[in-house]
Amino acid sequence: MTTDPALHPGEAPTAFLDVRDLRIHFPTDDGLVKSVDGLSFQLEKGRTLGIVGESGSGKSVTSLGIMGLHTVGQYGRGKARISGEIWLDGKELMTADPDEVRRLRGREMAMIFQDPLSAMHPYFTIGHQITEAYLVHNSGADKKTARKRAVELLDRVGIPQPDRRVDDYPHQFSGGMRQRAMIAMALVNNPELLIADEPTTALDVTVQAQILDLIRDLQKEFGSAVIVITHDLGVVAELADDILVMYGGRCVERGPAEKVFYEPQHPYTWGLLGSMPRIDREQTERLIPVKGSPPSLINVPSGCAFNPRCPYADLPAGGVTRTERPELRRVLGGSPAAAGGGGHWSACHLPQEERTRIWTEEIAPKL
Amino acid sequence: MFAYIVRRLFAVIVMLLVVILVTFGIFFAIPKFTGSDPALMYVGKQADPAAIEGIRQKLGLGKPILEQFWNFVTGLFTGRDYVSTGDSVHCPAPCFGYSFRHESPIWPELTSRLPVTLSLAGGACVLWVTGGVLTGVVSALKRGTVWDRTAMTVALSGVSLPIYFTALLSLAVFKYKLGWVGGEYTSFADDPGSWFGGLILPWVTLAFLYAAMYARLTRATMLEVLGEDYIRTARAKGLAEPVVIGKHAMRSTMTPILTVLGMDLGALVGGAILTETAFSLPGLGQAAVAAINERDLPMILGVTLITASAVVFANLVVDLLYAVIDPRVRLS
Repeated sequence: MTTDPALHPGEAPTAFLDVRDLRIHFPTDDGLVKSVDGLSFQLEKGRTLGIVGESGSGKSVTSLGIMGLHTVGQYGRGKARISGEIWLDGKELMTADPDEVRRLRGREMAMIFQDPLSAMHPYFTIGHQITEAYLVHNSGADKKTARKRAVELLDRVGIPQPDRRVDDYPHQFSGGMRQRAMIAMALVNNPELLIADEPTTALDVTVQAQILDLIRDLQKEFGSAVIVITHDLGVVAELADDILVMYGGRCVERGPAEKVFYEPQHPYTWGLLGSMPRIDREQTERLIPVKGSPPSLINVPSGCAFNPRCPYADLPAGGVTRTERPELRRVLGGSPAAAGGGGHWSACHLPQEERTRIWTEEIAPKL
Repeated sequence: MFAYIVRRLFAVIVMLLVVILVTFGIFFAIPKFTGSDPALMYVGKQADPAAIEGIRQKLGLGKPILEQFWNFVTGLFTGRDYVSTGDSVHCPAPCFGYSFRHESPIWPELTSRLPVTLSLAGGACVLWVTGGVLTGVVSALKRGTVWDRTAMTVALSGVSLPIYFTALLSLAVFKYKLGWVGGEYTSFADDPGSWFGGLILPWVTLAFLYAAMYARLTRATMLEVLGEDYIRTARAKGLAEPVVIGKHAMRSTMTPILTVLGMDLGALVGGAILTETAFSLPGLGQAAVAAINERDLPMILGVTLITASAVVFANLVVDLLYAVIDPRVRLS
């Protein structure tokens, strides 16, 4: 029973980025780790999708999967097993020639990584690392042009004295400046898809806000599609038009940001919202943690992956949460489907009226 | 960068002084404390008392230790005279000591043997670095495959087999049985062809041992580096895999290899004792063995000083290369 509109295998999509039934599994000595297990979503240019979830929910694995980074440089044993379809601008990447995908990387799709210190090569200058990204995709360009481009971008992302700092090494930059340089490196070829994997996690709070502002401004300026991967709902609230909540390698809720924030339809999303500190309101209650720990991705619980931690697991009749995996279903009522996200979807066995009741009566008043 | 070089050079001078002090201490001062007579050790137990007394005077063993040390150090730079009643020998600078057994200064003996050892160490080094690093990189990229397992098993045997075994085995097979190579050591200046022919077997034997270690080190380092975030970034930029490996990963992999190379090369210049003995190469290692057998203390002291200096200089070169490779070293 598939109710997800994303699934029309083989058929070219209308969306700019269309990920269909993506599965990324890693064989290990302990068993098959199902990091991503049937994920589908679409994204249009000019919009930002926030992928949220706790550690091990498959967010980063998804982003590396879109970039095709699970299939290059995986030497020897332990190769990732990937299936599904990834359509970028009308091209299917999973079946494409690896060298063709390589040429797309860094040009049409680029990535900003979590920790800019470890993500930059310590032995090469910032300028060298940026020009390298430029030159590999502009074989006609000379080094002088590339350097000019690097200085221009460093200036754009707010590095003071860019023509001098371009020759610095990563360790001579502060954390925030390194992340700015990392963003400059990602933007050097005007990518149409930008993936930011926990772009602010390694930075201190004041710098976080600056970097988020920068990403938002740049998106407006370049009109790219942006995926922001984070465990921080604050980041998502700041940037995202649409939100996808991941749990145990699957999507449990997806929809326009305002829907997911104000009318969430999944108990896990409630848990995330309950554990988020708010400074815009008087905090009367303590934060409510999501009890338990993330599911093992090797022995994923049968039925709903969230049921061992779900406070409402016993509500559906016949204990169906433990035997049947809930499919994504469109949330009925409310406003019609928002652009790009294709409406509000949630994967829960609880009847929708019950969830709406629990949210409005039990959860929302406490937040 | 300039300040860094000056700092390193200064450190080298201090290190060399410490080396001389310690070496001198071991050979001259310690016997004094332990009660054994250095002069006796110089001339051998059968010498008559007059000869022993002559040596004692020549070496100035009656003088305070500090004065002896001073004479030794100045001798290195200006040369010195060993004087006893009615007898005097001159040892020109740099005077590393005077062998009373062979009645000649140490330095010319050392310098005549140094090219042999340098040829051996240098040639073997080229072989083992190329072989070891290449094997290690390929093993890392083909981790877990038949190639990797075979290469690492061969490497393990290379590390485990003692040099006197592989040396004698290769001599037995390639020289005596097949007659492919052989001949005495010939200096490069005399005849490059026979120089090469005489050294190829020692090179391969010595390189096999070291290449094995370097292959394992390279493999482990490369695997670690390949897991680094910046390698993922390089791929995310769209760089082709040969560039990712050859440029980004190799640059970081070289650092630990260089460290070990500095120490190994330095130690080898002091003489690959087993290799030189097995292949009858007239190098420093052989001189050291002969000197120990003859209790020729000044010669042992000379070889020790050369070895220690070689290690210090090799490490200086490594430190300078570090600075070239790693900007954090250069700029800190």
